[in-house]
Amino acid sequence: MKKLFFILFFLSSFNVFSAGSKIDIPKYDWSWKGFFGTYDRASAQRGLKVYREVCAGCHSMNYLSYRNLSDLGFSEDHIKVIAAENLILDGPNDEGEMFERDGLPSDKFANPYANDKAARAANNGAYPPDLSLIVKARPKGADYVKSLLLGYVDPPKDMTIPNGQHYNKYMAGNLIAMASPLSDGLVDYDDGTQNSMDQMTTDVTTFLAWAAEPSLEDRKRMGFKVILFLVVLFILAYISKQQIWRDVKY
Amino acid sequence: MSDKKTPRRDFIKLSAMTLGGVGAASLAIPFISSMNPGKDTLALASTEIDLTPLEEGQSLTVIWRGKPVFIKHRTKKDIEDAKNTSLADLPDAEEDSARVQNDKWLVVLGVCTHLGCVPLGQKTSDTKGDYGGWFCPCHGSHYDTSGRIRKGPAPTNLPVPPYVFLTDNRIKIG
Amino acid sequence: MSSSDPQGYKKTLNSPYTGFKGWIDSRLPLVRMMEAEYLKFPVPKSLNYFWSFGGIAMFCLIGLILTGIFLGFHYKPSADDAFDSVERIMRDVSFGWLIRYLHANLVSFFFIATFIHIFRALYFGSYKAPRELVYIFGLTMFMLMMATAFLGYTLPWGQMSYWGATVITNLFSAIPVIGDAILTLLLGDFTVGDATVNRFYVLHWLLAFAIVGLVVFHVITLHMTGSNNPTGSEPQSWDETVSFHPYVTIKDLNATIFFFIILAFILFYYPNILGHSDNYIKANPMVTPAHIVPEWYFLPFYAILRAIPDKLGGVLAMFGSILALGLLPWLDTSKVRSCLFRPVWRYCVLLFAINFLVLMYMGGKPAEGIYVLISRIGTAYWFLFIFVLAPLVGFLETPRQPLSISNYLRSKKA
Repeated sequence: MKKLFFILFFLSSFNVFSAGSKIDIPKYDWSWKGFFGTYDRASAQRGLKVYREVCAGCHSMNYLSYRNLSDLGFSEDHIKVIAAENLILDGPNDEGEMFERDGLPSDKFANPYANDKAARAANNGAYPPDLSLIVKARPKGADYVKSLLLGYVDPPKDMTIPNGQHYNKYMAGNLIAMASPLSDGLVDYDDGTQNSMDQMTTDVTTFLAWAAEPSLEDRKRMGFKVILFLVVLFILAYISKQQIWRDVKY
Repeated sequence: MSDKKTPRRDFIKLSAMTLGGVGAASLAIPFISSMNPGKDTLALASTEIDLTPLEEGQSLTVIWRGKPVFIKHRTKKDIEDAKNTSLADLPDAEEDSARVQNDKWLVVLGVCTHLGCVPLGQKTSDTKGDYGGWFCPCHGSHYDTSGRIRKGPAPTNLPVPPYVFLTDNRIKIG
Repeated sequence: MSSSDPQGYKKTLNSPYTGFKGWIDSRLPLVRMMEAEYLKFPVPKSLNYFWSFGGIAMFCLIGLILTGIFLGFHYKPSADDAFDSVERIMRDVSFGWLIRYLHANLVSFFFIATFIHIFRALYFGSYKAPRELVYIFGLTMFMLMMATAFLGYTLPWGQMSYWGATVITNLFSAIPVIGDAILTLLLGDFTVGDATVNRFYVLHWLLAFAIVGLVVFHVITLHMTGSNNPTGSEPQSWDETVSFHPYVTIKDLNATIFFFIILAFILFYYPNILGHSDNYIKANPMVTPAHIVPEWYFLPFYAILRAIPDKLGGVLAMFGSILALGLLPWLDTSKVRSCLFRPVWRYCVLLFAINFLVLMYMGGKPAEGIYVLISRIGTAYWFLFIFVLAPLVGFLETPRQPLSISNYLRSKKA
């Protein structure tokens, strides 16, 4: 009992990490939350479309390969088509020159810029961060990403916005170099889903959450089994312990 | 500490021990499994090759799973030699027809079955051994135009990797 | 055997076993040692579950080494590759995510177990004679653990890895005159860089096994004196002890399984809750994160570091806080071990534990205003506890007469 108390005490002291920001990020319901949560495949597939048509112009996803999309329910042939729509720099060939070819499923997602410096140069010095881990790399994760995309509102009257900056109520410091990337109806969905701002931000966030933690579903499934196993083992070990110690006379 | 034992307590202890053992054993699975090639490596485990630029008599070496694969566009003579060889002359008897999907194209793993060297014979300037196929410089194994061992210490023929013809001029290895 | 050894002085030949066991045992006395130290070894009957945390910590250490080996198969220690290779482990290596999350979370649970283990030693007086060396080896291990954890935290090469390493290694620059030269020597570069991550990887391995070596000494010294117990009284007869196996093994196993259920819960459902999100951003030497916080288990010591306004003073206080604990066996003047029978010291120790948690909280807060003040009070109490309260309370307090193990158990049952 005492032990439990101590462990809880230790755990309760962890929220100290979230210190700092005074901006309240709203909480959303995500399909992958909870003990048995899974990524909403249809939503993530739509999110991929949003990423490819909007975000991919500036943001790389260096840790994702096209083959990973099979996790989201894309067929092998479909992935080949998606991959082939991108040009990948390969080489050197036998003549010693670099060449461009169509992407293959085994390729990493194509990077919009040749390197970080090119990315900065094209964006007034602001570096568009890689999105493969963005949901894990921000304190409030998915809630933050969705909020940020929805956070472009009119600035307070007394605030002057520097050139090349935009007001966002969820960004730390409220100034962000990225202009609002989405607007109602911007991306056409193939499955007829209403392409509202809210839907698009949910979809792209679901896609990014999957990209950051593709092992989540395996992890939760395995966790349930492991904990169940340990609980049964604990019960048996506890009964054994009681029986063994019954011999000990005080 | 008495030695008194009841069947029930033995049963509980035994099941606890068994369950613990099963748990420890299953814990080994992820660890051992992690030593296998990763998904990125497996994704490169199939290679597609365009055969169009390869003219009769020429060979091509491609990398599949980090190993060289020999693709040979065989001449008429090569094919005839391979077909007319009597099985009795072969240390590792195998029909040529069992080793090719299309007579014109021979696809074999370019790794000598003796001790893993890469045989010569891919370039036109290479020595091709006594049987017009490949010759392993390490310990002198001779392979014929079907990649079969004819002379030397190698025990078996050059293995044929799994491959399919996607079109007449395009194959996928792996 | 007696014919070749008429006087019986070659004790290695007098194995009590026969057959294969005897063959091994007369050449390598492992069988006899294991039996004496792990099967028949007498342990006081009155141990409570606080005594399970040493074993739990050992299981954590084994788990860390095991997962570490398998991570090492895939990890690449270089500034360019480290972050990418960790991501490859998470995405492409079969069960890589499991092994990496296990490694990352086991560290935290290793520290939880160790903190409770140390608290146990303080509360029940396990550090007092004749167990001073057990305690000193333990504290040495604790310091090595912190060093190993710090080195390991650098390896994923995220933003927190990089800046944590920068801040902590800069502590060495506080050394007068030669500080900067030492820093450069440690880093192998003028900043934390490629050379640093490479050597940190090697040192991370080395120190991990140094800890294993110290575990051996910790256990040898413990088995010389035998375990302390809640009463602090030594067992007076065999009746007051039980054999290590099966009594202690099954009990520790119970506690370990329970502990690992909690670990599994964190591991499978909140694997990143003990970490910091900034560490999923690849290290960037040009951009410092807004809020650098060390891992939670360093926070109390980080608070002590920041409580002292002087750079060198802060560093000395931080390292001194653990070293000073090593003096406790000689500074504590009481004849009685266990806090169960020490009415005043008991509250000093409990306050020390609470103070530790308060410092932990303060370490995670920005160094400003009230947080600094509380950190200073906490730091002051830390040293007051060791250098003033330990000798003074021992003199002034009137302890109760400690119960014998049998009487204690009887009174508990009643």
